[in-house]
Amino acid sequence: MNDIWAGLTQAGRLIISLDPTLIEITARSFKVTLTATLLSVAIGLPLGAWLAISRFRFRRLVIAVMNALMGLPPVVIGLMVYVILSRSGPLGVLGLLFTTSAMVIAQTIIISPIIASVAHQVVRDLWAEYHDLLISINTSRWQRTRTLIWDSKRGLMTASLTGFGRAIGEVGAIMIVGGNIEHATRVLTTAISLETGRGNFAMALALGFVLIASALLVNLVMHHISRTERGSRW
Amino acid sequence: MVTPILPLTLSQVQVVKQGKRILGPLDYKLSGRGITVVLGPNGSGKTTFLRTMHGLEHIRSGRLYWACTTLAARKSQAFVFQTPILLRRTVLDNIAYPLLVDGSTKATAYARAQEIAERIGLGGLLGVMGTAISGGEKQKLALARALVRKPQVLFLDEPCANLDGSATKDIEAILMDEKANGTRLIMSTHNVAQARRLADDVIFLYRGLLHDQGPSATFFTTPATSEALTFLNGGILA
Repeated sequence: MNDIWAGLTQAGRLIISLDPTLIEITARSFKVTLTATLLSVAIGLPLGAWLAISRFRFRRLVIAVMNALMGLPPVVIGLMVYVILSRSGPLGVLGLLFTTSAMVIAQTIIISPIIASVAHQVVRDLWAEYHDLLISINTSRWQRTRTLIWDSKRGLMTASLTGFGRAIGEVGAIMIVGGNIEHATRVLTTAISLETGRGNFAMALALGFVLIASALLVNLVMHHISRTERGSRW
Repeated sequence: MVTPILPLTLSQVQVVKQGKRILGPLDYKLSGRGITVVLGPNGSGKTTFLRTMHGLEHIRSGRLYWACTTLAARKSQAFVFQTPILLRRTVLDNIAYPLLVDGSTKATAYARAQEIAERIGLGGLLGVMGTAISGGEKQKLALARALVRKPQVLFLDEPCANLDGSATKDIEAILMDEKANGTRLIMSTHNVAQARRLADDVIFLYRGLLHDQGPSATFFTTPATSEALTFLNGGILA
């Protein structure tokens, strides 16, 4: 109980005093995760919609692979990205290891399948509902796709927020590829891990509260912007 | 001048689903004017019959052709489903949607949508979400959306099922109005009283076959088959 209280008070102090280290770490967390989320949204939403609407030969295989990737432990993905980006790896020349770019890459790989998978389910359900109507109205494939994506925008937002939530709280992969270097690749989760290891529970808890509060804030802001969860139904 | 898409000819058309024959083989020709009512007990193939003509079902054998190309025909017909399918958009957006698909400008589409919404009695609901209106209003909305393209042929699958008397009355008035405008209507129902009110001619489907048909004047008084007679008298067909 003491630790929690100490953590809360320290978190309050750090936030009120606009502690430069805390702000730097938090800003980096957001920069990395928002970039990864945007990239994953750009990959995952079209992929999910396409899998829901199109019928092609290896569709089931692609869906199975996607669902399997969703369950991959981040630490393994981190390891693979590490091997690929390391000096002796195939993309070693890019010199990306231990940079925020490497962290963005790892997070994108982790959350793209999640976003695609949720998007696939959302669009598939709506397609089942709209199918007869859209065929009846004689829509082109492109018109159908656009209508389905637009009308399932709220479900797709949930997909994106799920991805964001997974990425902002991720630690295993970015620890490996980022290296938790102070002023370079240290983010909220890796800092928490470090402070806990050091036995500095108050600081770790303070960072934890900031992490929780900021994740909550992002969700509230998104709901506010898109006006969901307002009326009796949506 | 709009190219006429009728007559629609069905020749030995058969629809099979999961190994089970749902419809046909049947021959039918849809032409002329007025309202054709498709009657028959549940499971007789009314819905499949309408959906097949509209091009929503896969035909196992036989032929179906319009007086023009299939593509041209598809643009001049509309379908009102038994359970209205509503886009998760406002009432006005729902009605304007088919016009936007056709490539109308937003201004034209919304002006036309508003005009038809007012005619059909949805004028006060334009900004409301299509999913948040009552059952009768939903069916009216589906009807408005079907009529917005001024179709030559309008298919209606039990448009008044699950509706109360006053909503049914409104819908029937709209249908009679459309008939007067020259739209060819073909609707299914299992409500004999409604069929009597609306039909110019009647098709009686039974076990997926075109069992009996004729102009309403003769069909309701002297049906040619005993099954149709039983059905009209409220009997139960096994």
